[in-house]
Amino acid sequence: MVTYIVRRLITAAFILLGASFVVYILTAISGDPLGELRALNTPNRDQLIEARINLLDLNTPAPIRYFKWLGGAAQCLVPFAGNCDLGRNVTGQPVTEALGLALVQTLSLVTAATVLAILIGVALGIVTALRQYSTLDYGVTFMAFLFFSLPIFWIAVLLKEYGAIGFNDFLRNPDIPWYIAAGIGIAAGLVLAVAAGGDLKRRLTVGAVGFGFVAALLLVASVTRWFTTPGLGIVVILLAGVGLAFAITVLVSGLQNKKALYSGLTAVGIGIVLYFPIQGLLNVATPLMIFILAVVAVLVGVGVGWLWGGYDRGQGMRVGAITAFLVGGLIVLDRFMQAWPSYFNNGKIRGRPIATIGASTPNLEGDYWVSTLDSFTHLILPTVALILISLASYTRFTRSSMLEVMNMDYIRTARAKGATERSVVMRHAFRNALIPIATVVAFDIGALIGGAVITERVFSVQGMGTLFFDGLDHVDPNPVMGVFLCTAVTALVFNLVADLAYSALDPRVRVK
Amino acid sequence: MTQPSQQNEILAERTAEVEEPIAGIEDIREAKGLSQGQIVRKRFFGHTGALMGLVAFAFIFLLAFTSVGWAGIPGWWKYNHVDVAPLINDGAPTLTLTSIGEHPFGQDRIGRDLFAMTMRGAQQSITVMFIIGLIAGLIGVVVGALSGYFRGWLEAVLMRITDIIIIVPALLLAAVVSQIAGRRDSGSWFSAFAVDNGTVVLGVFLGFVVWVGLARLVRGEFLSLREREFVDAARISGSSNARIIFKHILPNAIGVVIVNVTLTMSSAILLETSLSYLGVGVKSPDTSLGLLISQNQEAFSTRPWLFWWPGLFIVAICLCINFIGDGLRDAFDPRQKKFNAKKAVSSGPGAAPVTAADTAKGA
Repeated sequence: MVTYIVRRLITAAFILLGASFVVYILTAISGDPLGELRALNTPNRDQLIEARINLLDLNTPAPIRYFKWLGGAAQCLVPFAGNCDLGRNVTGQPVTEALGLALVQTLSLVTAATVLAILIGVALGIVTALRQYSTLDYGVTFMAFLFFSLPIFWIAVLLKEYGAIGFNDFLRNPDIPWYIAAGIGIAAGLVLAVAAGGDLKRRLTVGAVGFGFVAALLLVASVTRWFTTPGLGIVVILLAGVGLAFAITVLVSGLQNKKALYSGLTAVGIGIVLYFPIQGLLNVATPLMIFILAVVAVLVGVGVGWLWGGYDRGQGMRVGAITAFLVGGLIVLDRFMQAWPSYFNNGKIRGRPIATIGASTPNLEGDYWVSTLDSFTHLILPTVALILISLASYTRFTRSSMLEVMNMDYIRTARAKGATERSVVMRHAFRNALIPIATVVAFDIGALIGGAVITERVFSVQGMGTLFFDGLDHVDPNPVMGVFLCTAVTALVFNLVADLAYSALDPRVRVK
Repeated sequence: MTQPSQQNEILAERTAEVEEPIAGIEDIREAKGLSQGQIVRKRFFGHTGALMGLVAFAFIFLLAFTSVGWAGIPGWWKYNHVDVAPLINDGAPTLTLTSIGEHPFGQDRIGRDLFAMTMRGAQQSITVMFIIGLIAGLIGVVVGALSGYFRGWLEAVLMRITDIIIIVPALLLAAVVSQIAGRRDSGSWFSAFAVDNGTVVLGVFLGFVVWVGLARLVRGEFLSLREREFVDAARISGSSNARIIFKHILPNAIGVVIVNVTLTMSSAILLETSLSYLGVGVKSPDTSLGLLISQNQEAFSTRPWLFWWPGLFIVAICLCINFIGDGLRDAFDPRQKKFNAKKAVSSGPGAAPVTAADTAKGA
């Protein structure tokens, strides 16, 4: 095992050396580094050219420059020495500094998108595998292929037009006429009827209930001006929390485990009781505090499950923890909604909250809630675009993996011995289907940092992609090499992680 | 899904298995006496999605290549992608359900015909796609076959080269190629060629980059196939290495190759349009679907058709290729039995698929 890892790391180091040389030389020959300056007409043109030659060390041939760069980069390997030197870009800023800023932007862009895409994609894949060859399956498969074929720059422009400009226009006067509410209701009812499964009567019932619920919700929201002053309120949190507790119990332990259900419901109760006392604390929130509160919520949920006890304490604790976390999330969401009017009417926003470019509104003043809302409204469009693009592969992959597992003999055995369908799907099938997905996820995380280049460009986010393009435009290898190092190292490391994870999850596979 | 109904399903499946071949699943006896190619063809043409994809793709292909002409051959459409005509109705599309009109897809700001430009762009995308598929397929198969069959130092060298190419960003390579191709005045034979055939050069270079995934897959196939008995038999009977590779192993790995070349081609279209969008792919005055979108995205609110048509064609081409690839995968994969939804629906809940092993045991 250790020899395997060491061997892989040594190989990776050599690959990195070779590839970095190739990238450096390619960037250096990709154009004329002085081209933009030569085209200038200003009197100090020659000085500028001279300065640029000195800055980029252009009198030295590119291969020798590479080794100079390598000398600086090698110091990054010494931990905590602080003399990591990746050169400077054309404005004289050290590349390490620029990389740090760009990395934050890129990660905040891709993290939420990746997590959500994995969650939704895996869930859809499982549902379609369980309902193989149903209308739902065909519908999702077609959508997956469609999303798979969408160019991100095209979907991004569509989102900007309809998601941002259209929605902002709607928010100016948020009235939903009855026919639009009915139309959205019919769409929701159809989706639900297709997703419900079972016989025609059941489908129709579910569809009708869905239609009534969604249409009524929209009308109520319109009448109460919910979109200008949104909020959940304690009643909605209570109802949603109870629903969540039931749903999570069904998934995690099955409803026949009463103690698990009670721990979920107790967690909801604690959340409701704490709703008013905690508002004062939330008014002075910081990111760290939200994190600590989330941890506390999970711990409280675990504690509740433990106190209820029962024949399978672990299940109760799991239900309690997940429910408590989600109810906490609802309370935080409610607090965000309370902050919405002050964000919406902020002088910098002027009633058009959904942004089409950038990562934050410059010079926006406000507390934690307002500034976080601001980054949410900026992140929402790129996140949706990235989710749509990457959802498809997860759905297809999970579906085929799940189908393969569902045909295994041990699934037949589990059914034969009388295991419930829930435990067959969640315990026997799902866990084994996750093994190949874990590898794909590891690969994707490895490709994450460099994968959003076009998205960043379309939405004008100053991330790794921008750094890369700036380097290319100025024929300056230093920023390009910085970006390349980050992407290549993560890709290589996560390739190794993927292999190790596979052998850890599936003991039949040995690394050697 | 309640428990009793599930048990009923299993029971129903059992009876179905005993009494008749599973509904919707091709009976293995039907395949008797057919060659591998015939079985694959039969399954592919039984796959509705793939067939529709194939028909739609053939339609787009013919439309794109005959309408504005190709390689100097004139087409039947009256404009080409550089002709400027007077603006009619401010360039709005004239396409209606009954007639196509003068400019079916509309015109851009200076009066060029969008239908001609879109067709030209579709030609470029399809050309790039085929070039990439051909080159990536060839290199991928050769590298994968050599490293998987011979192992040893050759495998080590080839696979390390593959690793290096995988982590070098394709965007950088495209930028370098487009820079070199853009230097009209430098006078080298390459730039002279590239000025006229930007698409071909782009396709060739992308082909040299995207073969890596295929090479890994082919190597994996070869690693497992070379241990099989029929390879030993061929070697004992005195076959040369080349004969074993091309006559004995490659036909067994052809499914993986074809399917993955198809999927590479569908991602190649998106790659080409993305690069053109970013300005490092096909360059003006020639046009491409990605370039059209990038030129016209600012005009979305005033002339939305300039943005819709090229995008729809990208999505349509890519969707067709994806469906064809999916059909091919189902046709070549012996573990996934051919499935006919109509048959399965008409005969009730016995439609759960069985593995190849099950069917073989039953037969």
